[in-house]
Amino acid sequence: MKLEGKEQIWKDYQKEIADDRYYYARSCIRQTFFPGSEWAYLDILRNRLGKDVMDDPRHTTCTGIGYHSDVVPAQTIMTVVARHFALMTEAGYENITPSCITSFGIYTEILETWAHHPEVEEQVREYLWKATGREFKKPRNLAHTSDIIYKFRGEIAARARHRLVDAHTGRPLRGVDHIGCHYAKMFPSKGIGGAEFPAVLSGMITAWGGEAVDYPERRHCCGFGFRQYLVMANRGYSVANSKKKFESMRPYEPDFIVANCPGCAMFLDKWQYTISEMEGTTYGANGYGIPVLTYEELAGLVLGYDPWELGLQMHQVAVEPLLDKMGVAYDPEAKYLTRDGKEMGRPKCPTYLKV
Amino acid sequence: MGEILKRLHEDIHFIEGLNSCMNCGVCTAICPAAEFYNYDPRVVVETVQRGDEGEIERLLESDTIWYCGECMSCKTRCPRCNTPGLVIMGLRRVSQELGYFTRSEKGRQQYALKHVIGESVLKRGYCVTPDLVRPEMHPEQGPVWEWVYEHMDAVYERTHGNLRKPGAGALRAVDEESMGELRRIFDVTGGTEFLEHIEACSREEARREGMDLEEGYFLRTYMENSDNHQ
Ligand code: SF4
Ligand code: SF4
Ligand code: SF4
Repeated sequence: MKLEGKEQIWKDYQKEIADDRYYYARSCIRQTFFPGSEWAYLDILRNRLGKDVMDDPRHTTCTGIGYHSDVVPAQTIMTVVARHFALMTEAGYENITPSCITSFGIYTEILETWAHHPEVEEQVREYLWKATGREFKKPRNLAHTSDIIYKFRGEIAARARHRLVDAHTGRPLRGVDHIGCHYAKMFPSKGIGGAEFPAVLSGMITAWGGEAVDYPERRHCCGFGFRQYLVMANRGYSVANSKKKFESMRPYEPDFIVANCPGCAMFLDKWQYTISEMEGTTYGANGYGIPVLTYEELAGLVLGYDPWELGLQMHQVAVEPLLDKMGVAYDPEAKYLTRDGKEMGRPKCPTYLKV
Repeated sequence: MGEILKRLHEDIHFIEGLNSCMNCGVCTAICPAAEFYNYDPRVVVETVQRGDEGEIERLLESDTIWYCGECMSCKTRCPRCNTPGLVIMGLRRVSQELGYFTRSEKGRQQYALKHVIGESVLKRGYCVTPDLVRPEMHPEQGPVWEWVYEHMDAVYERTHGNLRKPGAGALRAVDEESMGELRRIFDVTGGTEFLEHIEACSREEARREGMDLEEGYFLRTYMENSDNHQ
C-alpha cells in the first residue's frame, strides 16, 4: 500500500517524452563550446538507436540569451519561437527537442503563457504571418534533448562499451549532476523529478553503473545570470555562485560533474580554472579539477566514442583522470591535432590547475 | 494611474509574476543575487505591490533592478505563486522604454548587452558565436579557449562543427532567407525599435559625458564597477 502511495507521488514527477520523430533545435552556447556533443547526440539517436531526427539548417537562435538580458521583448522571442514551430510543422514533425536549457525554459514558458492568454497567441500568429507568411501548429511534445537520452538510458546501457565504474577497483564512479535552473525551477512538472528530485541526469548515472551524489548545494544556480556573466564588470556574481557549489560538493570527492545546460557545463569547467588562478584552489584529486561533462559526452564515452571526436580537448579541466578510471583507451598525442593529423600547438598550462 | 504603473499592468511578465505578496521573504532566502548583492526581491515585490508611482520610479532609475540573474529560483519557492524574477523583467522593460536605465551604473550596461548580443542576433542569427568570446575580453575562459580561438577553423572541423559554412550542423552560416525572416520578425514585433531605443538613450548619455558611444562608452558600460553593490 505504502509503495503504491509513493509510486503515485513519483508519477507526478514524470513527464511524457515522445518515442521517435524529433525536430532538433540547436543551442548557440552548446554549438560554440560543445560542438562535438551536438554531433554525438545526433549520431547516437540516428545511428545507434535508429531514430528519425530532423536537423534543420533554417532555424536560428531562439534569442533567449538576449531575452533574459532584457534586450529582446517578449513578443519578439515568441514570434521567433513560433517560426521554429512553423518550420517543424512544415517539415511534418510534431515533437520539438531543444538542446539548450534556456530555450527549453522559454518554449515551456511561451506555451504556458499562450494557454493562459489565448489573445497573446493570436497576436503572435498575426506577427508571424506578417513577417514570414508562415503558419504553425503547436508541438504535440516538447522535451529537452537530455529527456530523450534519459528515456533511452537503458538502451544505451545495453550497448555500453564502458561503465561508470572504476575499471581497476570495481568501485562505482561518483557523479554530481547539475540540471540547470530553467529546466525545472519555473515549471517543475515539465522536468523529470521536478525541481526537488532531479532525476534526468542522476538516472543516466545510475543506469550506466555510477553513483549519483546528493550534496547540499545541488540545486543552487551555477551563477550564469545572463547579464551577470555577459558583462565583464558583473562576473564576480557568476564565479561566486559556482564556487559555492564546488565547496559544497568537494567533501564527496566526485569523479565527475555532468550538466544539463550547456552554459552550466561551460561555467563549471572554466570557473575551476579561474578560481585556481585567483586563489590557488583546485577541487579534484592531486591538483586536478573535477572533470565536467555534458550528458551527450557522458553517453558517448559509455558507448565507446573516441574522446577527441567528442570534443573533450575543448575542456579546460583535464578529462584524462576520468578516462583512466573508466578504462577508456585514448591517444594522448592526438588530443591537439587537426582532423588530418597536423599539429596546431598546445594550450598554455595554467599556474596551479594540473592538466 | 501614472504612466509607469499603466505600462507595468500591461506587461505580460508583470501580469504573470505578481499575484499578492505576503512579505514572507522566502524568495530572498533562495535568491543567488541576494546572497551576492545588496538586493532583496521581497522588498522589490513589496514596493511594486504598494503601487506608489514615485517609489517605483526610484526603483527604475536604481541599480537594484539590475542585480537579478533571472534564474527564476524564486518561482519554485514562493508560497503565493509570485515570481519576483518576472516582476524584475517587467520593471527592466519599463525602465528601458522610459529611458530611466541610463541613470544607474548597472542599468547603463544594457548598452553593452545590446551592442554584443542584440547585434549578434541580427547579424549572424545567433546570440553567441566563438568569435564573440574574444580572449582579451574573457580572461576567465583560460588557455584552452585561447587555443580554440586561435585555431578556430581547425578545432571546429575536428569536433564535427560546420563553422560559417552553408548547410546543417553546429555554427553553420544561417542562410540569407532565414536571416531576412528573423530581421522582419524583429521589425514587425517592435524588437528592432526596442534595440534602437536602447541605443538612442545611450547615445544621449554618452554625449552628455563627452564620450564616443561605440568605443569609450561601450568599454565603460562593459567594465566599470564602482564596487558599491554589496
Ligand atoms: S544554472 Fe546557470 S547556466 Fe544553468 S540554467 Fe541556471 S543560470 Fe542557466
Ligand atoms: S516568496 Fe512570494 S510571498 Fe514571499 S516575499 Fe517573496 S514574492 Fe512575496
Ligand atoms: S530570478 Fe532574480 S529574484 Fe528570483 S531568485 Fe533568481 S536572481 Fe533572485
